[in-house]
Amino acid sequence: MGSLLRGEEMCLAQLFLQSGSAYDCISELGELGLVEFRDLNPNVNAFQRKHVSEIKKCEEMERILGYLLREIKKANISVPERDMNPVAPSPKSILTIMEQLQRLEVELGEVTRNKEKLQKNLLELTEYTHMLRITRNFVQRSAEVFNLYEEFPFLEKDTRMDYSSMQRLGAKLGFISGLIQRAKIEAFERMLWRVCKGYTILSYAEVEEYLEDPDTGEPTKSVVFLISYWGDQIGQKVKKICDCYHCHLYPYPSSNNERNDVVEGLRTRIQDLYTVLHRTEDYLRQVLIRASESVYTWMVQVKKMKAIYYILNLCSFDVTNKCLIAEVWCPVNDIPELRRALEDGSRKSGATVPSFVNRIPTTDTPPTLIRTNKFTSGFQNIVDAYGVCSYREINPAPFTLITFPFLFAVMFGDLGHGVLMTLFAALMVLHENNRKLKNTRNEIWNTFFEGRYIILMMGLFSIYTGLIYNDCFSKSLNIFGSGWSVKAMFDANVWNDVTANTYLTLDPNTSRVFHGPYPLGIDPIWNLASNRLTFLNSFKMKMSVILGIIHMTFGVILSSYNHIYFRKKYNLYLVFLPQLLFLMCLFGYLVFMIVYKWLVFSVTDSSFAPSILIHFINMFLMQRDTGLQVFLVVIAVLSVPVLLLGKPVYLNWFKNGSRRHVGMYRVRIRNQQLVSPSSFLPLTYFFNFADELLHQAIHTIEFCLGCISNTASYLRLWALSLAHAQLSEVLWAMVMRVGLRMDTRLGVLFLVPVFGVFAVLTVSILLIMEGLSAFLHALRLHWVEFQNKFYGGTGVKFCPFAFSLLPSSLEHDGLL
Amino acid sequence: MADQRFAITISVMTLFWAFVGGVVPWFIPKGPNRGVIVTMLILTAVCCYLFWLIAILAQLNPLFGPSLHNDTIWYLQHHWP
Repeated sequence: MGSLLRGEEMCLAQLFLQSGSAYDCISELGELGLVEFRDLNPNVNAFQRKHVSEIKKCEEMERILGYLLREIKKANISVPERDMNPVAPSPKSILTIMEQLQRLEVELGEVTRNKEKLQKNLLELTEYTHMLRITRNFVQRSAEVFNLYEEFPFLEKDTRMDYSSMQRLGAKLGFISGLIQRAKIEAFERMLWRVCKGYTILSYAEVEEYLEDPDTGEPTKSVVFLISYWGDQIGQKVKKICDCYHCHLYPYPSSNNERNDVVEGLRTRIQDLYTVLHRTEDYLRQVLIRASESVYTWMVQVKKMKAIYYILNLCSFDVTNKCLIAEVWCPVNDIPELRRALEDGSRKSGATVPSFVNRIPTTDTPPTLIRTNKFTSGFQNIVDAYGVCSYREINPAPFTLITFPFLFAVMFGDLGHGVLMTLFAALMVLHENNRKLKNTRNEIWNTFFEGRYIILMMGLFSIYTGLIYNDCFSKSLNIFGSGWSVKAMFDANVWNDVTANTYLTLDPNTSRVFHGPYPLGIDPIWNLASNRLTFLNSFKMKMSVILGIIHMTFGVILSSYNHIYFRKKYNLYLVFLPQLLFLMCLFGYLVFMIVYKWLVFSVTDSSFAPSILIHFINMFLMQRDTGLQVFLVVIAVLSVPVLLLGKPVYLNWFKNGSRRHVGMYRVRIRNQQLVSPSSFLPLTYFFNFADELLHQAIHTIEFCLGCISNTASYLRLWALSLAHAQLSEVLWAMVMRVGLRMDTRLGVLFLVPVFGVFAVLTVSILLIMEGLSAFLHALRLHWVEFQNKFYGGTGVKFCPFAFSLLPSSLEHDGLL
Repeated sequence: MADQRFAITISVMTLFWAFVGGVVPWFIPKGPNRGVIVTMLILTAVCCYLFWLIAILAQLNPLFGPSLHNDTIWYLQHHWP
């Protein structure tokens, strides 16, 4: 199993990269994702590193690419998402890309500005047209009013109010016309009245169509107004007010002919503008389409380039050999591939002297690498969420593959729900190569999708445990025939008058009532019984305790593998053995008692069947004088001080009493592997007796008290499965049965919405809520009760330098 | 009769899970995943067998029987063997 059980063996290596081929070698390494680079210049500020200017250039290019992408998205052009993977460009081609991007940016900026100007122009002309059209109606309307006035008799002949005729009056009549936003027109009118005290006449009418507001781009309603005023001063005041209210003013034509001419002129100009605007938009679109073809490639290239320069910044320059030195963590099995990658890189850059790799010994703890495939990665992730494995310790993940879904299923156990869950997971698994499913931005869906194999396993095990619990949507299946016979109670004349009591109990003592346990799981008759929970509770509690103790024992046994691997044999005798004895003598005996009671005590001696709990407590209080029990308690009690004091005393003796062995020990170390698990004491380890004693005391208390509390903690297996079964039953009784009990024709129709409600509640409460709950509790059982028996979890995860793992900032903005 | 049923059940299940956990691992082809698959098979066999065993042992010698409602008794008397 290699890597999944323990993690890969890692080594520290030095890469000697020739200056000319450094870029290409690192590009090769980035494509492969083999190694993790260490920072050799930790004290240097980010802005003082060697390749800061190149990184700045890359960021500038990313900025331009971001702008391009935003424009492309605005124009609703789709970016072709091919699966190609362009390599990082050489430093020479960076300049070409930079140039192209800058040119594109300038061009795009110009065209956009032009377009905006044209649109503004168009708006003005359109407004002017509206204004002319609407004010013509004003004049015609108001002329009728003026017919009533005797003072101006000549107006009867000339029905158009005329600039020249007014001038004959001597009054300087002025006109101001324009457009204003509809929302402001009332305030405008009031202001005019207050300021000009009746020396102005305001007429206005709304424009029917929506015009685009140039500042916000939203369609707004405007109102055309015409102000006629007497006197220059009033005119200036009116102009100031118009300015204040942001009106668009247009010159009012003095005569009808002028008006017609202007209208004609405007019409032609608008036509021309439309044509030019369309041409501009087409051109802009073409530019964007051309850019969209290569924008994806450029983005990938710039991202890779930036990453390579970051890595180059981590290396140190060796003046004597004129090459770059990089320190990497590399899995030992991948060193040949690393060598080949360096050769490829050197060849590509045409360097004469090849770059090479050199393994160096170290006492630092390497990062942990555990290779996973698409099936095991989900489970490894949930183990890593608690803590990454320390270097080369046993990884709980390969066991979690089965125990986690199993414990989930013990808490979830329902055949019907298990089938639904399996179907859901199977759908996800069958469509796992569908790009759309993989790349959605929905976090919750991504979580479910990443865990599709976990959900599949959980569903499969739930089907099995549902079969054993004999629970399918809260109903039992009777496949093999029940082991209980009601007829026999009547035959034996125990039940004569059935109507006397509402509930009658079968008596297994009577002959032929009980003929053997149901072959697969819980007997279906229990589902019909009113004292169902009495039986099931007892069964499930004992089951939880048995499963828990076995799970914990497994954890303790796994710790022995760690002790053997890290060559701490003393741990085996001083830690592992006392722990195992304590656990087995007390709780192993408990399991034995449970099984013994099941096998030995039957209904004939049910009156004096002992209570296991009382028995267990009495054993602790030494109130029984059965030799075996006293013996077990004594062993358990004796193993506690061994656990507490054994290891510190031994290590103290080892340090003090065997100094003469240190020399031999040193020789032995040289022949071991270059990277030593950090356990060799004499050279680097300063042994502190008080520290070690405290540490061991904490460990002892944790283990001993933990045994009891963890065993009780496993009772959640019982609690959750009870909750699930009860919820299921409630849903059936309160929802589905109500619909099934109506036996009229209406009942058939009524059943449809009832089933809908039943389905929705089943999925939301029983599948999602209970599923998440059981998932959480199974996870807790693993993280705390199982892993605290052997797991360290203080490691660092190996993060290789790989282009595929780099996040792109543009993807984060949701642009891709 | 009942004992026979019990004996058959026990032997069938034991043999089945022993086969899954003890025989099938020898036939998994060599490859990078052999270790993982063998671990999974053995663990599955152990867990499932244990779970079934607990269920059947708990019902082997029941200390009390089910308490049924009148209507249920009437139905079972006439419809169950």
